[in-house]
Amino acid sequence: MSSSFHWDFWKSITLLSIIVFGLFLVYPLFSLFVSAFQDPDTQEWTFDHFTRFFTRKYYYRTIYNSFSVTTCVTILAIIIGTALAYFMSLYTIKFKAAVEICIVISLLSPPFIGAYSWILIAGRNGIVTKYLADLGINFPSIYGFAGILIVLTLKLYPFIYLYVSGAMKKIDCALIEAAESLGCSGIKKVVTVVIPLITPTILAGALMVFMNAMADFGTPMLIGEGFNVLPVMVYSEFISEVGDQANFAAAIAAIMVIITSTIFMIQKFIVERRSFTMSSLRPIPVTQLHGIKNVIMHACIYLVVLLSMIPQIVVIYTSFLNTNDSIFLPGFSLTSYRNMLDSLGGAITNTYVYSTLAMVAIIFLGMTIAYLTTRKKSWLTNIIDTLSMFPYIIPGSVLGITLLLAFNEGPLVLSGTAVIIIIAMVIRRLPYTLRSSSAILYQLSPSLEEASISLGASPLKTFFKITAIMMLPGVMSGAILSWITAINELSASIILYTGGTKTMSVAIYTEVIRARYGTAAALSTILTLSTVIVMMIFFKISGKRNVTL
Amino acid sequence: MSVEIHANNVVKKYGENVIIPNLNEHIKDGEFFTLLGPSGCGKTTFLRMIAGFNSIEAGSISFNNEVINDIPAHERNIGMVFQSYAIFPHMTVRENVEYGLKLRKIPKAEMKQRVDKILEVVQISQYQDRLPERLSGGQQQRVALARAIVIHPSVLLMDEPLSNLDAKLRVEMRSAIRQVQKHVGITTVYVTHDQEEALSISDRIAVMKEGQIQQTASPHTIYTRPYNVFVSTFIGHSNLFHATIRKHAEGTAVVFKDGFSLLMDNLNDEAADGMEVVVAIRPEEFALRSGTDGLHCKVSNKVFLGKYINYELQFEDSLILPNQPSLEFTQDSGHAEEILEVNQEIILQPRVSKINVFSADGSHSLMKGATRHEQ
Repeated sequence: MSSSFHWDFWKSITLLSIIVFGLFLVYPLFSLFVSAFQDPDTQEWTFDHFTRFFTRKYYYRTIYNSFSVTTCVTILAIIIGTALAYFMSLYTIKFKAAVEICIVISLLSPPFIGAYSWILIAGRNGIVTKYLADLGINFPSIYGFAGILIVLTLKLYPFIYLYVSGAMKKIDCALIEAAESLGCSGIKKVVTVVIPLITPTILAGALMVFMNAMADFGTPMLIGEGFNVLPVMVYSEFISEVGDQANFAAAIAAIMVIITSTIFMIQKFIVERRSFTMSSLRPIPVTQLHGIKNVIMHACIYLVVLLSMIPQIVVIYTSFLNTNDSIFLPGFSLTSYRNMLDSLGGAITNTYVYSTLAMVAIIFLGMTIAYLTTRKKSWLTNIIDTLSMFPYIIPGSVLGITLLLAFNEGPLVLSGTAVIIIIAMVIRRLPYTLRSSSAILYQLSPSLEEASISLGASPLKTFFKITAIMMLPGVMSGAILSWITAINELSASIILYTGGTKTMSVAIYTEVIRARYGTAAALSTILTLSTVIVMMIFFKISGKRNVTL
Repeated sequence: MSVEIHANNVVKKYGENVIIPNLNEHIKDGEFFTLLGPSGCGKTTFLRMIAGFNSIEAGSISFNNEVINDIPAHERNIGMVFQSYAIFPHMTVRENVEYGLKLRKIPKAEMKQRVDKILEVVQISQYQDRLPERLSGGQQQRVALARAIVIHPSVLLMDEPLSNLDAKLRVEMRSAIRQVQKHVGITTVYVTHDQEEALSISDRIAVMKEGQIQQTASPHTIYTRPYNVFVSTFIGHSNLFHATIRKHAEGTAVVFKDGFSLLMDNLNDEAADGMEVVVAIRPEEFALRSGTDGLHCKVSNKVFLGKYINYELQFEDSLILPNQPSLEFTQDSGHAEEILEVNQEIILQPRVSKINVFSADGSHSLMKGATRHEQ
């Protein structure tokens, strides 16, 4: 009897995950492609939207813009992240723990906060710009390509840093010693041994940077000005009042999905062909640099970290400035916070409620789907496994549009509800938890479950009494990351929100657009603070001081 | 309650891939029964079919005449010990042992008494409040054993339980397992690829190859009267020679290819005049001869192993079966009167009562009383 019941449980989880992915991922994506090929008035099949995109320079230039800025960001992030990881892993660095925490914070904070504070610093009315103008120096414009490059590089190099420093820890010291014993040393050793060993890792990190930079909406929107990139184009075409734009926006979104999935496939192809696993018995020992070299190294590291922390510092500083709604007054006050609570208290509550609900769903789905795809392999669970990778390649704004197009009318209307925002959060952030859960399941020997079954526990009981409990630490660390990224989510929510379902990141964005910098800064401070606190909890739970996304 | 196990025409397939084509076996109540074979022979597959972790494609397995094919694993009341120990890392030693009893809703007092006793038997009482990660491999395996036995299972299944332990501990645990099993008197099916372990621990051994049981017998019979050439070479070492049966006035003889003839009085009726056979001689079944009557060979290598000396031999190619890893002769250090040198030419005389004769294809024994299945 209980045997048929356990089968039913996993069957229903299979069904549930197919419904979740099918309804909220495949179906919307399908309707996106359908509307990309549809005439808005006649509903007839047409290539017009694509023709229009590829024949007008105003539109097709965004592809070039997106690619150029994304490629530059990726290259810069690789250089900074790898160098930082290399020196941080091999040499004694003062305040290493603090440096690492700062790096993770700059990764997890919402990207547009960076853009916004760089505007505060070096924008037209920025602190530095004004100061230099008083001295008669004309500061080069931060807006456009340069601004996006600076902000995204400083935000995304931590991906490379985290990936590479993880790999550096896994390089066995014996490999380095073997190279030395064969007569290879100095820079040659780095080029012929260390770099090739971490190349697959760099490529994996590079993909994350590329995808994030490509999909990022907030930064180019705030600081890009005339420099149009794909996500901004999708958003503005979709939001604009002209009636037929939804189909055109869908076409641009479809182009984006095709680009990101192509990049994803290429990266996967390269990495799979040259992947290997390393396990280190004895990591490379940390050594102390001396003299001028040591000073230069520390200066460079602190400079990079300081630059990436500047947005946070500026935002926190600004939030305490005395303000009269849009103009900053001399002195400090809590006005911004008071204003924020008066007008935007709902956004704060929304953010915590939605992200927590999303996290609960993510934990449940993450654990059960990970179990399905690792322990109950079949063609069906393979499909689920593949589907669960999709959110990696779908930019947030595209996901927002697809959900809106799919659930705006007809049997299931979700647009304007909190549900649709939570769904977007779950779909976008589930992969983190799914991956950490699967990783832990692969490490758990199936004998543990068999031992429990042999002792008389039914398979379902075994899952809850043994498997789930042992998965929990890994799942929780994934879920916390999911939560942090969910509270900072902008690109999907900006499309899905309505007055009552505004979240903090959306509120920050709209406040910045309305030039109410004080309240925006106060909200950002709250967001950053939440991120830091939860990250501390994460470090406590996982017992380590790094994250893997 | 301990049970006897019957396997009738059991089949295991993965898709088109047949792992076990047709297996029949009877495991007696209270017996220590070992499945022994090279990796991939299907021994673990069969064990997991008894446990309920592998499905049974055809045939049946029964405990005391009750067919268990369709009973899910957790209702079979088995105790299982795994190669990886599979101790729950988030529970203390005591909680691990209590796990199965709690599921059976055993009253507190009885549970305490049973756990105390079993911890005593496997000698881990002093570690009962520790988390398992602080235990050595041998101690973890004792916990696994206690956890499996404490539920009073119908049958105890052990899947290579000692292969992750170091050599010394393995020998120690071997006797501990044997002792506990006899103490509790429970039917035990034990899987191993280590022949020495199998010989030392078992009541009976089933030697498996390619999903089929080659021979089931007591360790002594398996070693001294193997049923076929596979068993004779898999368990211990056997040197294989071509020979022909000759019947004449003095009796039946096996004649080697160089004409050396050996009178045998323990061949069965199948041995007919002129029949081609395979003679299997173990390294310790040779005696050194000073005369000319015997098998001529040359010492090609010598390894001194303390208790005995092992020589590698070279014979005429026509004499021996091809593709043998080595031909060996072992001298007991305590009795060896003459230590041989490399390249020395020697003559060896097989001991008639010890050697085995098989059909030319190696499929079965021609010795009197040799059986495939010994009760």
